Formats: sequence, C-alpha cells, structure tokens
Amino acid sequence: MNLAEVPFPPSVEDFFLPSLAAGYWVTKFTLMIWIAVAAIIVFYLLAYRNPKLVPTRAQWLAEAVYGFSRDSISRDVIGPESARFAPYIATLFTFVIVTNVFGIIPFLQVSPNSHIAFPAVLAILSYILYVYVGIRRHGFVGFLKKMTVTPGVPWVIYPLLVPIEAFTNLVNRPLTLAVRLFANMFAGHLILLVFTLGGFALFATGNIFYFAVGGVSMIFAIVMTTFEFGIALLQAYVFAILTAFYVGDAIEEGH
Amino acid sequence: MAHTYLAAEHNPILPIWQEMVVGLVAFGVLCYVLIKFVFPRMEATFQARVEAIEGGIKKAEQAQAEAARLLEQYRAQLAEAQTEAARIRDEARADAEGIRRDLLAKAQEERDRIIAAGRESLAAERQGIIQQLRTEVGALAVDLASRIVGESLADEARQRGTVERFLNELETSSAAGRR
Repeated sequence: MNLAEVPFPPSVEDFFLPSLAAGYWVTKFTLMIWIAVAAIIVFYLLAYRNPKLVPTRAQWLAEAVYGFSRDSISRDVIGPESARFAPYIATLFTFVIVTNVFGIIPFLQVSPNSHIAFPAVLAILSYILYVYVGIRRHGFVGFLKKMTVTPGVPWVIYPLLVPIEAFTNLVNRPLTLAVRLFANMFAGHLILLVFTLGGFALFATGNIFYFAVGGVSMIFAIVMTTFEFGIALLQAYVFAILTAFYVGDAIEEGH
Repeated sequence: MAHTYLAAEHNPILPIWQEMVVGLVAFGVLCYVLIKFVFPRMEATFQARVEAIEGGIKKAEQAQAEAARLLEQYRAQLAEAQTEAARIRDEARADAEGIRRDLLAKAQEERDRIIAAGRESLAAERQGIIQQLRTEVGALAVDLASRIVGESLADEARQRGTVERFLNELETSSAAGRR
C-alpha cells in the first residue's frame, strides 16, 4: 500500500473494523474471543490429557497458571473458603491474560478487551458472583447492611456515609472493574497505533529529518509493545485479584 | 478516507450488545470446560502429589521406627545374654567349689580310713609279735636258765608258771611306764 494512504492520526474508528459477516456477530473481535476460548481449552486439555505426578513441561505450565491463581490470588485473598472459587478465578485469569496478550500478537494486534463489551461481561459476572455469595451468606438485608453500613461510625454520619458506601460497593466496583481493563487495552492499542502509524506518516513525507524521527517512532513502537505485554499480564492479575477481593469481602463474617 | 479526528460514529464506552452475547457464551463455554474437566483433575493431581510426598515421609518414619525397635530388641537380647552368661559363670564357679569341697571331704575321709586301718593292722601285728615274742622270750629264758642251772626244767609245769608270771609283771610295768 502507498505510504501516503496510511491514516493518521488514529481515531476511535480504528477500533471498529468492518464486519466479516452478519453485522456485529462476526467481526475480528468476536472471532478473537472464540480463538482465545479454543486456544485455552486445547492447551489445557492437551497439557492435562495424561497428568503425571512428575509433570511434563506443558503440564507444569498449566499447573503453574492454575496454581498461581489458586494459591496466590484465591487463597491469599479469599482465605479458607477459596477452594470453591479458585476454578472460576483461574478461568477468569487465564481468559483475560490470553485476550490481553492478543494485543501484541502479530496479525491479531489488538486485544478484544479494547471493546468494552467483553470486560463488561466479565465485570458483570464478577458482580453477580460476589452479590450472590454475599446474599447467600448474610441474607439480602444482611448483605445490604454489610455493603452500606460501616460499623464503629457515629450514627449522625450515616446519612452521608451510607450513600457513599452503597455507591462504592454496589455501583462503582463493577464499573471500575470493566472500565479499568477496557481503558488499559484501549489506550495501549492507541499508543501502538500512534507510534506505528506516526512512523509511517513521517516516512511518507520524504523529508530526511522527518524520516529519522519516523525511525525513532518505530523503535518506540517496539519498546511500547514489550511494555504492553507487561500491562496485559498486570491487568489480568488486577482483574482476578479484585474479583477475589470482592468475593472474599462479601463472604467475610462481621465487617 | 473517512477518518477525522473527533467525528466518531462509534462511542467506545457503549458496549455492543452482540459482542456481549458472544463474550458471555464464549466465556461460559470456557468456564464449563475448564471447571468441569480440567481443574478437578489438577486438584486430584495436586492431592496425589501431596499424598505421594506424605506417603514417602510416612514410609521413612515407619522404617525408622522399625529400625529403632529392632535395635532396642537387640540391646535387650544382648543384656539378657550377658546376664545369662554371668549367671552360668557363677553357677559353674559354685559347682566347682562344691565339687572341690566334696573331693576334699572324700579324700579326708579316705585318709582317715586308711590311717585307721593302718593303725588297726599295726596294733594287730604288734599284738601278734608280742604274743610270738612272749613265747620265744619264754622259751629262750627257760633255755638260758636251764643252761645256767645245768638242768632241764623244760617240762616242769611249775617252771612254766614262773616264766608266765614274770612276763606278765614285766608287761604291766612297761605299760605303766609308757603311760
């Protein structure tokens, strides 16, 4: 393609690619979700088709991912009841890692989580999970009280505190969960677009000085790509650990 | 190209509901497969691994306990054997002492018996000799006397009585002198 045709600056529309079929049902993003699900299932089933006490390398990797989310996320955050939630947290953690890392895999090059629909689904599921276990544990009124009333506070403060607590715990949590992941992936992709497309745009000017700056821009795109890898892992960890924290908070006795 | 800086047809904050449905279904499938088929097997493997390690430790502990028990048993047996040996030694010593004492007693008895027998035979012999000497000395004295006197008094019963009496006096005096 002609370098001069490279679109610059990048915009929100760069995140909405043409449909492949059936409108929004089949796009690059929905396909990537299916690819992620298939890849994870195939990996786990292959790695664990014949588990040994002394693991093979693939089995070791699968156990490391599950063991990390089971021990370092679920058990450390939720506590003694973590065994019930560890499989879900591990699934969530794996799914978010893989979809995030798609952002720097060649040809995929964008994380599905940069469309808020997918983080939103995960956040809603986390929300339903912790509200459900909270109500199961404390009853509807008990759970509401736990989420809204801070004990040890003079009652005169309640008119001020209860709405804040309710908003924080019952509205803000799922929103921030979804937006944090979405915004990180969205911004990460946008930054890569800026440096990459900017590099091409500078090359296209034909000016030797701009050409050099374009080279710097390209190098920076590579640096940012490795940086994005770290962010992909970190955001998956944050999403999983916050979900674990909300669940642990909901089933915790007392306050 | 339709790209303009701000004119967005899409709002990135508003989710596309079709994508939400796809995300929900796909993630649901993932959860179902992993939670149903993969993670329980992992837990089972973890458990088996823990058991294998704990089993190994337990086995080692059992072996150690067994070894300690055997050692204790051997020690007890050794002590018992030593006591037994000492007892046997003591018994043997006592037996030997008894045997020695018996032998000594028997020897003493034998000695006494031999001495007594000796004394008896000695006394009998002496008695015989005395008897013989008495006869001979009588005969000799009579012979001698008859030679001195010049006449034979041998068949004189009186003379016989005189010699006998003389010898008896002699014996009595010698017995008194010895005493």
